[in-house]
Formats: sequence, C-alpha cells, structure tokens
Amino acid sequence: MISQLFILSSKGDHLIYKDFRGEAGKDAVTVFYEKVTALTGDQPPVVMSHKDLHFVHIRQGGLYWVVTTTADASPFTIVEFLNRLTTLIKDYCGSLSEKSVRMNFALIYELLDEVVDNGYIQTTSTDILKNFIQTEAVSSKPFSLFDLSNVGLFGAETQQSKVAPSAAATRPIMSSRGEQGGKSEIFVDVVERMSVVIGSNGVLMKVDVEGEIRVKCYMPSCLEMRIGLNEEFSIGKSQLRGYGAAVRVDECSFHQAVKLDEFDQYRILKVCPSQGEHVVMQYQLSDELPSAPPFRLFPTIERDNGGRLLMYLKLRCDLHPKSSAINVSVTVPVPKGSLSLSQELSSPDQTAELRPQTRAVHWDIPRFPGGAQLSALFKLEVPGLSSASMMEVGPVGLSFELPKYTCTGLQIRFLRLTPVQPGSSQRWVRYVTHSDSYTIRI
Amino acid sequence: MPYLGGEEAVKELRRALSNPHVQADHLRYRNTILKVIRVMSQGVDVAGLFSEMVKACATVDVVQKKLVYVFLCSYASLNPELSLLVINTLRKDCQDPNPMVRSLALRNMTNLRLPSLVEYVEQPLMAGLRDRAACVRRVAVLGWAKLHNLQPHSDIDAAVVNELYSMLRDGDPVVMVNCLRALEEMLKEEGGVAVNKAIAYHLLNRLKECDVWGQCEVLRVLQRYRPQTEEELFDILSLLDPSLLSPHVPVMAATLGLFLSLCSPGLPAVSMAALERTQGPLLAACGSASQEMKFTALCHIQLLLRSLPGLMGAHYKRFFCGYAEPAYIKQRKMQVLVELVNDDNVGLVLDELKGYCTDVSPNTAQAAISAIGRIGRSYSDRCLEILTGLLGLKQEHITSVVVQTMQDLVWVCPQCSDSVCEALGGCEDTLQDSQGRQALLWLLGVHGERVSGAPYVLEAFVEQVRSELSAGVKTELLSATMRVFLCRPAEMQDTLGRLLHYCIEEETDMCVRDQALLYYRLLHCGIEETHAVLQGRRSDPSLGVLIGRPAEPVSQWASSFNTLEPLRQGHAGTHSAAQGAPNHVILNPKPKSVSLLLPAPYAGLLAPCSGGSQLSLSLSPALKPEEFECLWLGGLQDPHAERGKEEILESVRVSFVPHHSSPRGLQAALKLVNIQTMAFTPPHTLPWRVYLYTHTRWKSPIPSPPCEDTQTLVLGELLYTGRESGRVEDKDEKREGGEQKKGGSEEGRVKVTVKQQPRDDEAMRGFLLVLNATLHTVSSS
Repeated sequence: MISQLFILSSKGDHLIYKDFRGEAGKDAVTVFYEKVTALTGDQPPVVMSHKDLHFVHIRQGGLYWVVTTTADASPFTIVEFLNRLTTLIKDYCGSLSEKSVRMNFALIYELLDEVVDNGYIQTTSTDILKNFIQTEAVSSKPFSLFDLSNVGLFGAETQQSKVAPSAAATRPIMSSRGEQGGKSEIFVDVVERMSVVIGSNGVLMKVDVEGEIRVKCYMPSCLEMRIGLNEEFSIGKSQLRGYGAAVRVDECSFHQAVKLDEFDQYRILKVCPSQGEHVVMQYQLSDELPSAPPFRLFPTIERDNGGRLLMYLKLRCDLHPKSSAINVSVTVPVPKGSLSLSQELSSPDQTAELRPQTRAVHWDIPRFPGGAQLSALFKLEVPGLSSASMMEVGPVGLSFELPKYTCTGLQIRFLRLTPVQPGSSQRWVRYVTHSDSYTIRI
Repeated sequence: MPYLGGEEAVKELRRALSNPHVQADHLRYRNTILKVIRVMSQGVDVAGLFSEMVKACATVDVVQKKLVYVFLCSYASLNPELSLLVINTLRKDCQDPNPMVRSLALRNMTNLRLPSLVEYVEQPLMAGLRDRAACVRRVAVLGWAKLHNLQPHSDIDAAVVNELYSMLRDGDPVVMVNCLRALEEMLKEEGGVAVNKAIAYHLLNRLKECDVWGQCEVLRVLQRYRPQTEEELFDILSLLDPSLLSPHVPVMAATLGLFLSLCSPGLPAVSMAALERTQGPLLAACGSASQEMKFTALCHIQLLLRSLPGLMGAHYKRFFCGYAEPAYIKQRKMQVLVELVNDDNVGLVLDELKGYCTDVSPNTAQAAISAIGRIGRSYSDRCLEILTGLLGLKQEHITSVVVQTMQDLVWVCPQCSDSVCEALGGCEDTLQDSQGRQALLWLLGVHGERVSGAPYVLEAFVEQVRSELSAGVKTELLSATMRVFLCRPAEMQDTLGRLLHYCIEEETDMCVRDQALLYYRLLHCGIEETHAVLQGRRSDPSLGVLIGRPAEPVSQWASSFNTLEPLRQGHAGTHSAAQGAPNHVILNPKPKSVSLLLPAPYAGLLAPCSGGSQLSLSLSPALKPEEFECLWLGGLQDPHAERGKEEILESVRVSFVPHHSSPRGLQAALKLVNIQTMAFTPPHTLPWRVYLYTHTRWKSPIPSPPCEDTQTLVLGELLYTGRESGRVEDKDEKREGGEQKKGGSEEGRVKVTVKQQPRDDEAMRGFLLVLNATLHTVSSS
C-alpha cells in the first residue's frame, strides 16, 4: 500500500507530490530529505523510518523517487513499482531528468492518478494507460551535436540508411500528434552487462553476464512481432543444439506476454508489443564466456630509487578487429598520500589524472579498436612509500561500452511484423555490452 | 522550497483566472491553470485561488478538468463549504456517456476527503458499482473503502459488503482485486475479508488473469486461508509451484511468503524445498540493474541463510562486489560471503576480501577486515597472514580495525595468540582512535609476557596519560599496566607507580580514579591476592564453537519475510555487536525477531496457570548484550524501587549440576524453549553463572485482539556456588527493583534470580516451570 509518493531533485526541490490516502502530513517530504542527507556512507538508505512513517526510495535519473508506506508492505513490490514508474515516465516524457519531470508535471500527475488509486497499484501497462492519458509530453530535448557522436551504436537491417540517430529512441511515445507523427518505429535492443574478475595471473576468476532483450515500440497498432534468435541458442548446461559454437545461457526468463510455441523448435519469440519499453527476455550466464574476455592488462609496478612509484600498464583489447570499445575508463587505486602524477600516454586523445578523493589514477580512452594494445606509463610521487604500500595499488577497475557486441554471442536473426506495416515503419536492432564491474587484480 | 514572491504570483494568477478574455480562449485558460498547479507543486500555498478554480472545473476539456481536480483534491479540506459547489459538476459528470469522464468524476469525488459530502457521494458510487465500463467499477469499488476511511466509526452498510463480495466474480481482474482491497479495509476490525474455500479456489483459478501487482495482492490475502485437509494443501501448493520461479520478483516473493505461511506449522521439509527453488530468482534479483532491488534481494537472502546455512554455497562468486557498487551493497555482500565460506572456496573468498581492505571508503575497508576476522574463527592461519600484512600499511583506520579484529580472534582462538603477539609491535604509533588503542592495551595486558616491547609501549602511554581524553583508554591502561606488572615487575614498577599516582591524585573521572584506588589497595593485600584477581582467563575457546550457529527453523523469521523488516538498519548492526570487547561473553549475535509457541511437552505445564489461555515465551524483540547489562544492573541500583513488590517463590528441587553437562547442550536446550542465553562462565569454575532472558506473552486459544496481549520481559541469572562453599542454593525471585534471598541448604541446587518487567505473577510462575523442566531434562539426560 502506498500512502504518499513524491519525487525530489537531488537538491531537495519538490517536483511531484501526491498524497493517495491522506494519512500522513506533507512534512513527510522534509523529514525524508533531512534523513536521506544525514545518512553516513555505510548506512543502507533504501528503507528509512521516522516514527510510524516508512520511506522506501530509489534513485533514478538523479532524482529521489520516494514512497511512504506501512511496515508490512512488500519491499520487492514497492521497489519494482518505483522502477516500473520510472520507465513509464521515461516512455511518456522521452527521457528521465529533473528537467523533463519539471516540464511534464501535469502529465506525471495524470499518470499517477491512473496508476495508483487509494494507495493501490491499478495498472502499469501502457496499453491500458494510453486510453486515459490526454496530456501531451513536452519534449525537453534540444538538438545537440553530442547526440550524433555515438551513431556507430546501431546495427542491422534497415531499409533507408544503416543507422538511426541515437536520439530517436528517447522521444515520448505519445507524440504521434506532433511533427514526428506517422513515424512508426520499433527498436529491439540486446543489452548485456558483464561483471568479471581476472586474477593477477590472468586467469578468469569470475564471469557473470546479465542480458536482456528490450523492445521499445512506437507503433500504435502492431498485432504480432516475431523475433528470431540464433538457432543454436541453448539454455542450461546439458542442452546443446546444432553444430559448432553454441550460444549458451544458464537461465532464461520471459515476459508473461511472450508466446513460446515456436521457441523450442525454431527459437522464435512471439510478442504483441504494446507502446513503450518492455523487457521481453532476460538471461544470465555465469562462470564461462564463449570468447576471450574483452580486455587484458599486463602491469609492471615498481618503486624506483627516488621513492617514486612507477606503473607501466599495457592494456590489450581482445575483441574482433572490426569492433571496438568506447568510453573506456581505467581506474587504478594508488597508495594513500600520492602527490603528483606524470604520465606518458600513447595517443593524444587519451587522458589521465590523479583524483585524490577517490585515491586513484583515472585513465580514459575514448575509443579502443579490437586487437589493439595501448600502453601508459605513470610516475607517482608518494612520500613515505614502503613495500607494504604496494598492497594498495589495485585492483584495477575498467568501465566501458562495447557497441554492436554481445559477449554471449546472442544475435537476432530476423524481426517480422504481422500484419506487414505500410512503408513508413522502421525496425532497428541494436546490440550493446556494458561493463557492470570489470576488475583485474594486480 | 517556497518562492519568495509567492504572494505576488498568487495575485497575478487570480487576475489571470478571472479575466474573461482568458476564460474565453480555452488554451490560455488551460495554461493559466497549469501555472497554478506548477506553483502548487513547488510548495507555494495557493489555497486562495479555490473559488476561481471551482469555476474552471465546469468545462468540456478533459485535460483542464484533470488539472483542476488535482488542485481541488489538495485544498478541499481547507474549504469544505466551497467544495459543495464542485459536487454538482461532479455528479453531472457521473452521468456522462464517456466512461473515462465518469471514472474521473467518481474518483475525484471520493478523493476530496470531506465527511460532509458523503451523502452526495453514496448514490453515484452505488450506481458506479453496476456501471458497464470496468474502469468505472474499479474506481467505485475503491471509493467505498475511501468513504469508510472518512468515517471509520460509522456502521458498515451490509448491502455494500455483500455487493462487494459478489463482485469478486466480476469479469475484470482489477475489479476483483480492488474488491479484495476494499473489503480488507472495511472489515479490518473483523480481521479482514473472510477467505473460505470457495473464495480461495476462485482467487487461485483467476490468479493467471491478474497482472503482477494483482497477483501479489491476491497471494497476500490467501495467506490467511487454512486448508482443511492435507490433500487440499498440496493441491494449492502444486498449483502455485510455477509462480515460485516467476521472472517477476514481487510475485516470486509473495508466493514464497504464502508457501511459508501454509507450511510453517507442520511441513518444514516443504518450506525448505520452496526456499531452495527460489534461490535462482533471488540470485537473478541480486544481479539486477537496480541497486535498490539488489539490496532488497540481498537482505532476504540473509534471512534464508539463517535456516539453510549452505544454501547458495556454489554461487558464492555472485556475491563478489563490483567496484562501482555503493558501500551499503558491498557490506551486505560481504556479510553473505562470510556465511558461505567452506573448505573449497576459502582461498578465493579471502583473496577477494583482501582486495576490499584497501578500499577508498573506510567503511568498506573496515567491513572487509571484520569479515576476514569472522572467517578467521574457522581458518585462523590464512586470515592472520592477511591481517598482519595489513598492519604494514600503517594507516590509521585500517590498523585500528585490524587490532580490534585480532582482539576478538585471540579471545576465540587461543592458538592465534603467538602470531598476534609478534604482529603487534609498532602499531601504537599508527593508532589514533580510542577503540583501537583500547584493543591494543587489552592485548598487551593479557599477553604482556610474550610481547617483548610491552613495557616500553605502556610507558609511552603512561607518559601521555595527561593528554588522554577517553576514560575507556585510561581504565584499559590501568588494567594492562597491572597485568604486565605481575609478570614483569622489574620493568614495570616505576611506570605503574607513576600511573597510579596520577590516577589517584590528579584524575577527575571517578571511574578511573576508583579503579586505580582498587588496584592500589589490592597491591597492599599482597601479590598473591592481586594475582588471583587479575589473572583471569585469556580466551574462551568454547565460544568459537558456539558461534557456528545451528540452522534456525523457518518459522523464526517467516513473518518478517517480504516486509520492510529485513531491510532496516538495525538488522545490519547485529554484525558489529559480535565484535564487542571479549570481557563479555556474547552468544548468538543474531537477534530473534519472531515469537514461537512453546513446544508441545512444555505447553502442557502451563495450562493450569491461567484459565484457558496459554503462555508463550519468545525471543523478540532481541536484547543486545549492552541492553541486558543495563537492565540487569539498572534494576539493582534503581532508587525508586517499590519494595512492596518482592515475592519469594517456592524453592524447586533441581539437582542440576552444571559440571555434568556441556554449556552447549544447556544453551541449545534453553533455546528450544525460547530462552536466550546471554553469557555464561566456562564449566568447572566456581561460582558458575548463566545469564539469560526471554519475553513472556499470553496467548488464548482463540485469536484475540492484540490489546489483550500482555508481554513481560524476564531477565534471569542461574548461580551455582558448588557443594563445598556457600550451600546457599535456593530459588529466589527478584522483581524489578527489589531483591530478597532465602537460604536453603540442599545440595546440588542452582539459585535462580529473576527480574521481570512489568510484573506478572502468573507469567513468572509459568517461566519458572519451563526453566525448571528444561534444567531437569538437561541434568537427567
């Protein structure tokens, strides 16, 4: 049961406040903000209590999404609901930020009114909601050249051009009456997040891949969509299909609207996509990867005679030469008290800096082609450097994005819509792998 | 954040709203209303515009209507008279051909929350229940619940309740779920909606039609249903089985909650199997992209591990921390990792934890170090190696936690003491905080003869005692100096003399001064006496075994599953309670939060105590060792004690000789009847003591409202002074604040001292019966 719901900016400004049951006063907002800002680093923030007020909140898009509820409420339900609400608002407003929430407050109040009544969740399905929602979204997206910088993100089969502008998927679903109207598009994204630990000897200690297929649909009417996966796709350890390299996942679950009658034989998912964004399929793979991990590090770390710390890092990208990683950021923790950094990087577009508050050297590489090897030499001035201080160097963390790449090898063979849409419809398939956590021990 | 120019803005808006030109142009009118709502949600008080907004309500523009309703619902309670004007518009809208307008009007009519309007609302609500459109029926059903909340003491219209019960068969699943919700609220005093067999089966059959939220609600209501036969129970369980693996975590959690409540009394094996089945979805939730969902899943995994300690052992790598995860998730993951350690994975887990020890966040680093310390109780060599290595970093926060961890480790595993003593040299320069220094002083005092530099370190401390702020460090310094003096008198005599002189002559803190005086007088009594007092135990190996907790029954935590309880701050704090000073023997660091009825053999004992109702003991709310100490001692010193409350119970003949039974056996036996052992002295020491506590509560066989539930807290001490000494073994009872003893002279008996708060004779008698029976069983077996 949800007593109140409010959205606060990170500075504590009230953006949205809705009281569903009239049980708690409006000062709950202030109480919440005081409590959440007073938390110390190690206190878990998700659930907080003040007398008989219980706050559950999540952080998304730099905003606090807060619910007050009773003590016996299910945390799973409320957290899931808040997450769903953020996707709903993202669908309707185009993007999720303080600005878009401020501009679309009327729309959000209208949505909340339909989604929750008397504190009970009524529906979060866009199919039902679209009949009720009347307010149009105000798009907060000004044209920006930065939007075009990552155009390489997009893959496969389209009719006119090979790529879509990346802003295409961040527009409100309800803008059909606007100037973009009539453009019925569908995006199918395969998004994978990998978390990896590589030991100091280069052995893969841990791999977890969490993947999902997301469908974002702008089509007002679409009866059925068939998504064909790799035929050699297999689930579980024992089941192997086809010849050659199988695409294997450990566990796999589907949205309840997915029809699986052709899945066992042909690996085809049948969905009737409703407008907005939905996760059609989720899967996990742990303990093994079909190909080598994308990055390997060869570090040499030593002290020189003058009490300086020398770090020579060679980083190799083991992707296929045609693909490349973008926005690679390498974080190397360094001993406490490190004063200054001198660096030798292999190309001018890379940057590196020493950030004292995180006690680490951050090395940023905007683009890293597959098969390449980059090296960097860092010299650090550390007063009182001892042999024990070397323990503080590492483990190295990497964050990156691999466009047009899935580490499980999952591909979408085809995407068919029935009935066949008139010419203006466009289908996009995109693949991307993110690093959830990529740690290399030294 | 109220705007400074709030007044001005309101005036401006009023002018615009009442401007006929604006009213004529409906786009401009809507925009002005939009501005009002914007200002309102920024926190400006716009109640003054109420009458203008009421006028704006009469429009055909649905968007404008919705906006005005948002305003009206926020301010109606301030203007009950003016709100009457809206009712007509709303009632007219209820007749509108468009179902969306009808539902909108109905919803906002009930959202105004004005008791004075109830008479106008009832008729349209009744009509709404029979509306053709499902969306109107959904609103109308909940509308009745809202009306009931407005007048909670008024009688419930039986016709409405019957109508709602019959609407459980409505074709629309949301209407059905809303009926359940409304009935739950309206019939709260009767214990919610009555779930009989027909309703339960109807709900189960329609579960598939509901969306995620509806399913959770139905599953929650079904928890109250008790199947009559075992066959029926298994039918329901097998029907629900697929939902345990639902990809939607809320549904999975609600199903598991239902499983636990259906199986908890008689079928522990089935609930265990259900827990094992859900580990897949829970692990998937731990890898969710949403940090909050991760956290929720982790907290619930901790609950599951209490009953199935090895549950996720094979998946321990899932609990390795990502480097960008927030500190609170990392700490939970480490707590889970500690539970999952076994012979096969200990090396890998320690390698991983070692990496976190140098984390940039001190909280994470400290949590990692304490985690290594906890693993050290089973795998001491490997852990000590890591801990010693960390001392080399010479960083204040790390050294402090490492020394505290070592203190705990030495207390539990005496075999570690040699390596710890070697590692201690040089730490004193790095330590800054008082807890770390206290731990170091304790270690130096207890193992002073083995640390070669101990006298010099203590001397340095004594020299700086004047600038020392913490009284805790000073008392610890006194004890340590005394202890080292006993084993190395030549090196320490001068230092001790100076310290005692300072503490007695110049110290302002009374505790420190008193302690110094005590030691001074003790030394006067002779060295033998001093030895006897000061050379206490250095470790308690029996504790190491006790810390490996046995698996708890599921019912201990089932009622807090899928509530906010496991996510709370206090729950995590139990971890740190376990690393308190070893001066207190702390058992069982996890608090119990669930009450249990007495097992059958003891329940019978209590039946005659109180006509019909049954006494139950429970461990919730759990008591921390510090709280126990406070209550126990506080009672003794309480000056406002009511002397009249003392009472002596008959002495019960228990020939309980503690030396014949192991402390573990006794602890386990007491646990079985829900008496928690707080601390005890090791066997073969005299006098032998056990401290324990429990909560008593009356439970009548018929479920009674909670107000009749009287709960008392009972603290107890068992004292055995042995045959040869006192021979004062008696049973005695002490109320909060009062104390009276009665001498007896029978052999092999344990004296029981009990404090109770608040007083309840019947409950006390029941407690003593249970305790007596347990002791009897233990000593006879």
